[in-house]
Amino acid sequence: MANISKEDVLRYADVARLAISDAEAEKYSRDLSAVLTFAEKIQEINTDDVKPTTNGNDAKGVLRDDTPEVWGEREKIFDNAPDHEDGQFKVPAILD
Amino acid sequence: MGLYNYTIEQVESMLHNKEISAEELAKLSLDQIDKVDNDVKAFLTLNEEEALKKAKQLDENGDYDQKLAGVPGAIKDNIVTKGIRTTAASKMLENFHDPLYDATVTEKLAEEDAIMIGKVNLDEFAMGSSTETSAFQKTTNPWDTNYVPGGSSGGSAAAVASGEVMFSLGTDTGGSIRQPAAFCGIVGMKPTYGLVSRHGLIAFAPSLDQIGPMTRKVKDNARVLEVIAGYDKLDSTSSSKSIPAYSEQITDDIKGLKIAVPKEFLGEGVSEEVKEAVQNALQMYELLGATWEEVSLPHLAYADATYYLIANSEASSSLARYDGVRFGHRAEEATDLIDMFKQSRAQGFGEEVKRRLLMGTAILSGENNEKHFRKAQKIRTLINNDFQAAFQQYDVVIGPTTPTAAFKFDEKIQDPLTMYMSDRLTVPANLAGLPAISVPCGFTEAGLPLGLQIIGNHYSESTLYNAAYAYEQATNHHKKRPELGGE
Amino acid sequence: MSYETIIGLEVHVELKTKSKIFSTSANAFGDDPNTNVNPKDLGYPGTLPVLNEEAVNFGMKAAMALNCDIASETIFDRKHYFYPDNPAAYQISQDEQPLAENGWIEIEVDGEKKKIGIERIHLEEDAGKLIHGTDGSLVDYNRQGTPLIEIVSEPDIRSPEEAYAYLDKLKSIIQYTGVSDVRMEEGSLRCDANISLRPVGQEEFGTKVELKNLNSFAFVRDGLEYEEKRQAKVLSEGGTIDQETRRYDDRAKKTILMRVKTDADDYRFITDPDLVPLYIDDEWKERIRKEIPELPDERKQRYVAEFDLSDYDAGVMTATKEMADFFEATIDLGADAKQAANWLMGDVSAYMNKHVKELDELAMTPEGLAKLIKLIQDGTISSKIAKKVFAELVENGTDPEKYVKEQGLVQISDEGQLREIVNKALDENEQSVQDYKDGKGRALGFLVGQVMKATKGQANPQMVNKLLKEEIDKR
Repeated sequence: MANISKEDVLRYADVARLAISDAEAEKYSRDLSAVLTFAEKIQEINTDDVKPTTNGNDAKGVLRDDTPEVWGEREKIFDNAPDHEDGQFKVPAILD
Repeated sequence: MGLYNYTIEQVESMLHNKEISAEELAKLSLDQIDKVDNDVKAFLTLNEEEALKKAKQLDENGDYDQKLAGVPGAIKDNIVTKGIRTTAASKMLENFHDPLYDATVTEKLAEEDAIMIGKVNLDEFAMGSSTETSAFQKTTNPWDTNYVPGGSSGGSAAAVASGEVMFSLGTDTGGSIRQPAAFCGIVGMKPTYGLVSRHGLIAFAPSLDQIGPMTRKVKDNARVLEVIAGYDKLDSTSSSKSIPAYSEQITDDIKGLKIAVPKEFLGEGVSEEVKEAVQNALQMYELLGATWEEVSLPHLAYADATYYLIANSEASSSLARYDGVRFGHRAEEATDLIDMFKQSRAQGFGEEVKRRLLMGTAILSGENNEKHFRKAQKIRTLINNDFQAAFQQYDVVIGPTTPTAAFKFDEKIQDPLTMYMSDRLTVPANLAGLPAISVPCGFTEAGLPLGLQIIGNHYSESTLYNAAYAYEQATNHHKKRPELGGE
Repeated sequence: MSYETIIGLEVHVELKTKSKIFSTSANAFGDDPNTNVNPKDLGYPGTLPVLNEEAVNFGMKAAMALNCDIASETIFDRKHYFYPDNPAAYQISQDEQPLAENGWIEIEVDGEKKKIGIERIHLEEDAGKLIHGTDGSLVDYNRQGTPLIEIVSEPDIRSPEEAYAYLDKLKSIIQYTGVSDVRMEEGSLRCDANISLRPVGQEEFGTKVELKNLNSFAFVRDGLEYEEKRQAKVLSEGGTIDQETRRYDDRAKKTILMRVKTDADDYRFITDPDLVPLYIDDEWKERIRKEIPELPDERKQRYVAEFDLSDYDAGVMTATKEMADFFEATIDLGADAKQAANWLMGDVSAYMNKHVKELDELAMTPEGLAKLIKLIQDGTISSKIAKKVFAELVENGTDPEKYVKEQGLVQISDEGQLREIVNKALDENEQSVQDYKDGKGRALGFLVGQVMKATKGQANPQMVNKLLKEEIDKR
């Protein structure tokens, strides 16, 4: 039985950069516990010599030539940006 | 007569014979949207002006030789379209008015002169099975608007089922094309992983995501797939296999087709109506000269858990880029950088997305990464091995697309686990990278459509189309039309 | 209690491919902000990475030069962390199956040679740049996606001096391969250091501290020296070292705590599902191996054997590829090897240091230097005049032969002419002549000086010496 406590959820929320309230954390803790408990069933299978599947297919060695290209829509990038200044994206001050 | 009455082939010959113009087709589409979209709520953004302009241009040039010339279609709003707002049905991208580039599939449709009518609704970032998690609107099931259209490609399915467009593109990570196709009584194909370029597909779980066509008829579906499939140097996971002209090769002669029916697909939780519909379909296949046997694919029992571990982990990675810096929602009141990240993401993402991001983060953190995520990737290998063993002896694997017909709004959304489990018949194909199609196979007593799922080996789309086409031609399910389908 | 210092270095080197590692934007330094970007570099939804073959070639070349084994199958992973300069909030890097492993380089400290192991070298993408302001920070993504190799040393380094020597050697070798400019001031080489102390004789490592913000090799050494002392003090007072990141403040000359490791340091690695495994077969490896030029150590040995240079001189001549290439080109044009080395180590280096210039930024070419050396060797100009010719050569690239001719700087070696000048000098300095005869050797030097003065330095000094002695003897 997987138990994801409210504190665990708050920790994961911090890592995932999601602001959540205590009440939300409470609810997500129940949801996550239920789903992870359900997922526990895969532990009963022995996978000792099994290679993991990490990609959707078996394509390999895909490479590109080292040829630079200029993108034509560059001047529009700041139309999508929440904030910008002097040709750069602007973000709030960083507090360490 | 509305679009619902036509196949792409018919439209093609009508255009050539000047019985209809591309502009008229586009208008049929826009008129139907005008009529029914208040109820269906499939469209998030209409491309009316551009669509009409392109249609007129086609008529002026009188050149209808491209594979989708003049055919009105819709694109799921998690596929980027240059110059057209692309939202993934998320508040996060509500103001993403121009993605500044086109997805490869968007370009391919344009090259074959399809008319892009607009962008359609989905579960936010394709996370859901009912399109209820869209931040903008609840798309309904055209067969009964009290019911969900399925998801996450609910807008794509409903737009086709209601005769608003002749085809749509959906995306399928764990059943998101097939399940809504089944719920809305249309044909939905999830191609082999790598057959269709993902360049421009807003990622949910990149090792599972695949774009595919949704249409009313099997042959139309084959036509759209042959247009959008093919190697793309912009997608490292794209297959270099050459693409056959599926729609031209299609045949209803399936004598000798060997079908496997996994008992895991007809077990607990699958409704009697669904089981019966599948049994009837299998009888039809016998009549068509195919044979079937029940088999066991033991690891399918673990597919649902495996899927959620992998999909949510990858989602927590894919959606990390929405940080309010370069595009997307930014919280105004943030005090410092980290607060800006956290508030922007909290405001921009809906509840289900947040739930999955938290779950994915939990699964990838610390020891869980090896214990759950890595383990799930290994089970994934075993699931594919089960399928490969079956394909040694059988041509296709058949079962229901969904355990039940469409459910009502709010029925499952509050219980994530139940919602997740309803995907268990569709997720195996994604985990194994296999092509799978859903075709209409009957109706419930309440009049809701059911879907038959046919899964094939990698790159066996032709076989799937033949199996689906033969069945479609031999049955009448596809001739029934919802009230909202138009005249 | 005495402690042993354990140091490991992580060096990031930017590869100078034409385009970025996973996108087709130009890989260029110094352009206007956000000009070398495309949707991929900005982390736009739906964009996908495609690996640049040249980045792999360059990475392999560096790894081979550092004696690594190249993987036959290598995999790219996502390393997750949120920061504005990291647009996808994950960096494509390599975790479990890096490009190369098990390398080493040889360093020399105080005449002692020592091998430092290289644990691994992996490929990854660089981040953008963040400029901190008062009311916020500005982000430029030009650098985002620049190919990097991260070179992780074994914890084999035992002193700040060894760390310095390791970096020096590493830089030299990579510079020889031509895959990077390795310029720390432009950020094309960056270094983080891990340092821990353990009581002498103890097997187990102590808690390590990571040092960042080390902007020169000297700061790496100084920061480590400070940290070595700080940790020794903490430990000897019974304290414990925390696992933390510190930065080196070069003005205060000390390390300052940046942050303690937290959950956010769990990078949640996953294999990048957008990329596929890369297989490197033997044929590919051999093709790259053939492109690796002669490396500094081999070249140094050759210079000792072939040109009879001292170990030290050969070391200086091979420290950078530019120097070695310049040196050899000068010799190939007929200059004497030792003379060439002396000029390059002496006047040329002094000039470069004074003007903060690289060899390739000088007006002087190997042709010019070879001509200068020949003019001295065949006695056309005196060594004193040579300095004047050199000044002209290094500053303006003027052809020494032409310059000497035009300026009339040719050495006077005509015996009759010189004898006349010598006698004139003797006549005017009878006291010095007498002093010399009385055994005061320095008087001769004075007389030589007088002759040189009279000839504006153009007299052949050997001949002046000889003639002075002859003429004095006659008196």
